[in-house]
Amino acid sequence: MSEAALPRRDATVPAKAAKPRRARPIGSESRLVQILLIAVSLGFLLLFLLLPLISVFVEAGARGWSAYRAAITEPDAVAAIRLTLLVASIAVPFNVVVGVAAAWAIAKFEFRGKNLLISLIDLPFSVSPVISGLVYVLLFGAQGYLGPFLKANGIEIIFALPGLVLATVFVTFPFVARELIPHMQSLGSTDEEAALTLGASPWRVFFSITLPNVKWSLFYGVLLCNARAMGEFGAVAVVSGRIRGLTNTMPLHVEILYNEYMSAAAFAVASLLAGLTLVTLALKSLLEWRYGDAIAAARHH
Amino acid sequence: MSRPSFRRLVQSGLVLGAFSLCFGIVAGARAQTELLNVSYDPTRELYREINAAFIADWNARNAKKITTIRQSHGGSGAQARTVIDGLNADVVTLALAGDIDAIAQRSRKLPLDWQKRLPDNASPYTSTIVFLVRKGNPKAIKDWGDLVKPGVQIITPNPKTSGGARWNYLAAWAYAEKAFDKDDAKVRDYIGKLLANVPVLDTGARGATTTFTQRGTGDLLLAWENEAFLAKKEFGQDKFDIVVPSLSILAEPPVALVDANVDAKGTRAEAQAYLEFLYTPKAQAIIARNFYRPRNPEAADPKDIANFPKVDLVTIDGAFGGWAKAQPTHFGDGGTFDQLYKPAR
Repeated sequence: MSEAALPRRDATVPAKAAKPRRARPIGSESRLVQILLIAVSLGFLLLFLLLPLISVFVEAGARGWSAYRAAITEPDAVAAIRLTLLVASIAVPFNVVVGVAAAWAIAKFEFRGKNLLISLIDLPFSVSPVISGLVYVLLFGAQGYLGPFLKANGIEIIFALPGLVLATVFVTFPFVARELIPHMQSLGSTDEEAALTLGASPWRVFFSITLPNVKWSLFYGVLLCNARAMGEFGAVAVVSGRIRGLTNTMPLHVEILYNEYMSAAAFAVASLLAGLTLVTLALKSLLEWRYGDAIAAARHH
Repeated sequence: MSRPSFRRLVQSGLVLGAFSLCFGIVAGARAQTELLNVSYDPTRELYREINAAFIADWNARNAKKITTIRQSHGGSGAQARTVIDGLNADVVTLALAGDIDAIAQRSRKLPLDWQKRLPDNASPYTSTIVFLVRKGNPKAIKDWGDLVKPGVQIITPNPKTSGGARWNYLAAWAYAEKAFDKDDAKVRDYIGKLLANVPVLDTGARGATTTFTQRGTGDLLLAWENEAFLAKKEFGQDKFDIVVPSLSILAEPPVALVDANVDAKGTRAEAQAYLEFLYTPKAQAIIARNFYRPRNPEAADPKDIANFPKVDLVTIDGAFGGWAKAQPTHFGDGGTFDQLYKPAR
């Protein structure tokens, strides 16, 4: 490791001269290098992540508290907030149940096609969100494969709540499973086997052993899944139909407000979304600070 | 956290999830007397005012009340696409007849002769295409001929998705045909040079306006007259000037009932009344106030009418043989736009 980090010209230096250098402990690079590395990473974070986030809140408050309140209590905005919460409250529990099942299957059992299943779980990460939305239009749209059947039975999927939920589930599916799989794999199944030999029922084993063992990575997965579910724009935009007060989620509402020259209102709603990010971040830090030992212990079980 | 309490947490979470699932299905199925108007980009402010006036008018005279008129806005072509894909619109109020034709042809949810069912080509208001330039007109743009000068950046949306952009394109084409005496090679050369001056194509008229006004890109915005007036009103009279070219096109944004949808929802009477309301003096006054040219100028405030400059206008039927011909010739796959537009690299 330290050899690879040496500058190339040192390779030509006689071994005698190189020896004391190799013995230098990690962390004793010149002060200049340290400062440079810290400055670059900190500067990048400030400039590209923190500054835009701050500007959202500054713009949101630009016209004062009453304008801010008006923007987020206006009926279309309230409807958008309710819809976003509703979609997330359906999509996230769904992904938790299916995600836990998938992670359990992958971590605890050996079966044919396991690698295929793992790749499929990752699929939504590599597919553009626009495509994730369009596939549902192709399937359930009036001109789609199932369109005439749905129409005949009076079932609405796209341009209605089910379509929004489907698109959100598709995009956010990997978050829970991806957090759980490595953790469950590292735990192995000895605890469960012990419980089973002691006569516990499979459900008892699941609720008393498996779930508590992975609760922190599960919680972390849920946090990420929820943040993405509420913030998703691309896939949802395709299946929404943009009916104000009905199928307009918060991210879509932000765009609409911005296009209506109501920048302050747009940033007010955006600040709620950004606030969610901060809450997620705070919860995650709190988890790591308060239960850091438990998490670490679980990880190195 | 002890194990039993964690278990209880998980269980209550599952119950909550199941509950919200049921609630979601119920909320999705709840029926209301409401209309959905699927419209194009710049009409947001217009229909906000029209809808309030119509609901008051209808509810004063009818026992079956209308609770809400929902709006959906976007590029005209894109909106037509969502209606074809199944968006449950009671009425469509789009930027041009060609887009409603597409709905009629592909979804068969309304008859092909829909445009004959209401007066004035089913267009209760008209508009035209003008130039919005930066204050003082620093590039001295006076007419269409100035648009192909090197170094002039033109902002216009994509004619594939935006109705306004198609009117822009045809207005420029009509000017070129007149200026070059219908010499096809010169007309194509002019349009090619004009498109070469376009740095970015937004999907809708409102996106293009935002690009020009808020992001400060470009020297000139080819815009709906109503959109140009609105931009001046929103951003202050001291930031932009409107330049009226020597010749432009009479844009007729039509409205139509989507028969299959209103019959399925049982809202035909309300939707029909809504469209007819657009022709009443009350609505015509609102139309003029929102910078659209009313069909019946006497109904509007003379001050609003005075805003509209006199322009020499060609019509889509007179100059291009109607949308049925203009759409495939210019904007279909391999049409003149595809031939002449070469994106900058």
